[in-house]
Amino acid sequence: MVLGRCSNPQVNFQGQSPGFGRIERGYGVIRLANVAHDYGGRALLTGIDLHIAPGAFHFLTGPSGAGKSTLLKLCYGELRPVQGEIELFGQSLRGMSRDALADMRRRIGVIHQDCQFLDHLTLAENVALPFVATGRPVPQTDLRELLAWVGLAGQAESLPPTLSGGERQRAALARAVIMSPEVVLADEPTGNVDAEMSQRLLSLLVELNRMGTAVMIATHDLALIRNAKAQVSARVLRIQDRTLQSAGADL
Amino acid sequence: MSTLRRNPLRALGGARQTPGFGDAGRVVPASGITSLLTGITSAVMAFLAVFALALSLSSGQLAQRWSATLSQSATLRISAPPSEIGAQTAAVLEILRTTPGITSTRVLDQDEQRALLEPWFGPDLPIESLALPRLIEIIESAGGFDAVGLRLRLASEAPGAVLDDHTRWRRPLVQAAASLRALAWFSVALIGVMMAAMITLAAGFSLAANAPVIRVLRLVGARDAFIARAFTRRFAIRALIGAALGTGLGMLAFAILPVAGESGFLTGLGFHGAGWLTPLAIPVLAALIAWAATRTAAMRVLRRES
Repeated sequence: MVLGRCSNPQVNFQGQSPGFGRIERGYGVIRLANVAHDYGGRALLTGIDLHIAPGAFHFLTGPSGAGKSTLLKLCYGELRPVQGEIELFGQSLRGMSRDALADMRRRIGVIHQDCQFLDHLTLAENVALPFVATGRPVPQTDLRELLAWVGLAGQAESLPPTLSGGERQRAALARAVIMSPEVVLADEPTGNVDAEMSQRLLSLLVELNRMGTAVMIATHDLALIRNAKAQVSARVLRIQDRTLQSAGADL
Repeated sequence: MSTLRRNPLRALGGARQTPGFGDAGRVVPASGITSLLTGITSAVMAFLAVFALALSLSSGQLAQRWSATLSQSATLRISAPPSEIGAQTAAVLEILRTTPGITSTRVLDQDEQRALLEPWFGPDLPIESLALPRLIEIIESAGGFDAVGLRLRLASEAPGAVLDDHTRWRRPLVQAAASLRALAWFSVALIGVMMAAMITLAAGFSLAANAPVIRVLRLVGARDAFIARAFTRRFAIRALIGAALGTGLGMLAFAILPVAGESGFLTGLGFHGAGWLTPLAIPVLAALIAWAATRTAAMRVLRRES
């Protein structure tokens, strides 16, 4: 199993849109250029420029309702911007078919705060779901190793409703990385767990990043960010006044 | 940049594997009112379809039988005074004998005429004292005879003879049977459309109820075709099982249907011989209809929510 990787020879830049002139060109995982989004006509994000490079570690912070989750959803194509350009692995989202977008999502691991599972399937089946959804045979050995890595080897046959919050978060992490994604986007992954579990999840994400996977964590937990910065070189971004700003020294 | 490949904790022991692990058909929960609704709908529709199919086949056979039987026979009636009827009958028989396309002729005797009148006048009718016309049954060959030419010859040589080639009342009967058959097929089609509509509704409810499942599948990179397939497969199997049950019950009902007599429409209603195989297509068609209806509904929902 490949838990981290930094290059993908299939990526090409032929579909790159001209709106990326202001952003450093080169190999990129996710790029946003002058992106804006609104809800029902109310502007939520404007002029967002973001470049997630391979192996990068980003924190995305900001007050509740600032648009952190929205920005993450824009990053993996669940939402489409009302303005600007988004590229995933060098391919513009504009005009991208749903099937092509689904293929892109296989290269992006997503962890939600509410970490939704299919409650009628076991934990192991849920973690293996990306393989099932792509019609590939489930690598049983890798699956067991991955469950062990997140400390859930003993819960493989458990149903999601019987798991604790921390177990669900770790299961969500396992599901997000089983396809060896090039980037992991985590939306408040420590929102429902105690400090100890929060630290454990962070350690897993840092370990993943050290193996080459780009990571972006949306959180308002400043303690988590401080802990992470002690372990990994992370860039902290803040959404303020609907724009994306760099934060760091003031944390 | 470097590529880091690593397998954490290789030495984990073998875990028990859930039966059906990795089966794409399991991603949609099996339980739910929509699954039950699909099964029941399919069973009821299949049961009705068996009856409609039986009606269609029977009316088709009836139309064919009537058409075949009546088109190969004709009746000739001779009305004349008792003193002339013998001569006219002989003349008519001679004309018929020389008419191409007529295989045989037969003069109905008094017993046969009594039997014809018995339903109206009872068994004790003194037929000998009545001035009844003489009846001649004509059996024609496959090519038939020239009814117009025969009438002309009869008019000149036996003015009391009237030819009835059954066309007048055979045609509406055959038309009625054909219409009945068309109506029965129309009913089968309506049942199919109704089934598709019901399953589309059920699939719509199921898709709405399973919106979180769809969201998760999208999140992990499932294509629309995969998501739709997960639903279509479940609904098609439900429809197949339900329709098989309904078809079985319908066929059983015909198998135990009491026989009403030697002839008549009710006796012919049902399946005969290889006709018993025909209803077996209903479950397959039901599954196909369910598959198509669910796929259409699923793709529409997935397009709308993308």
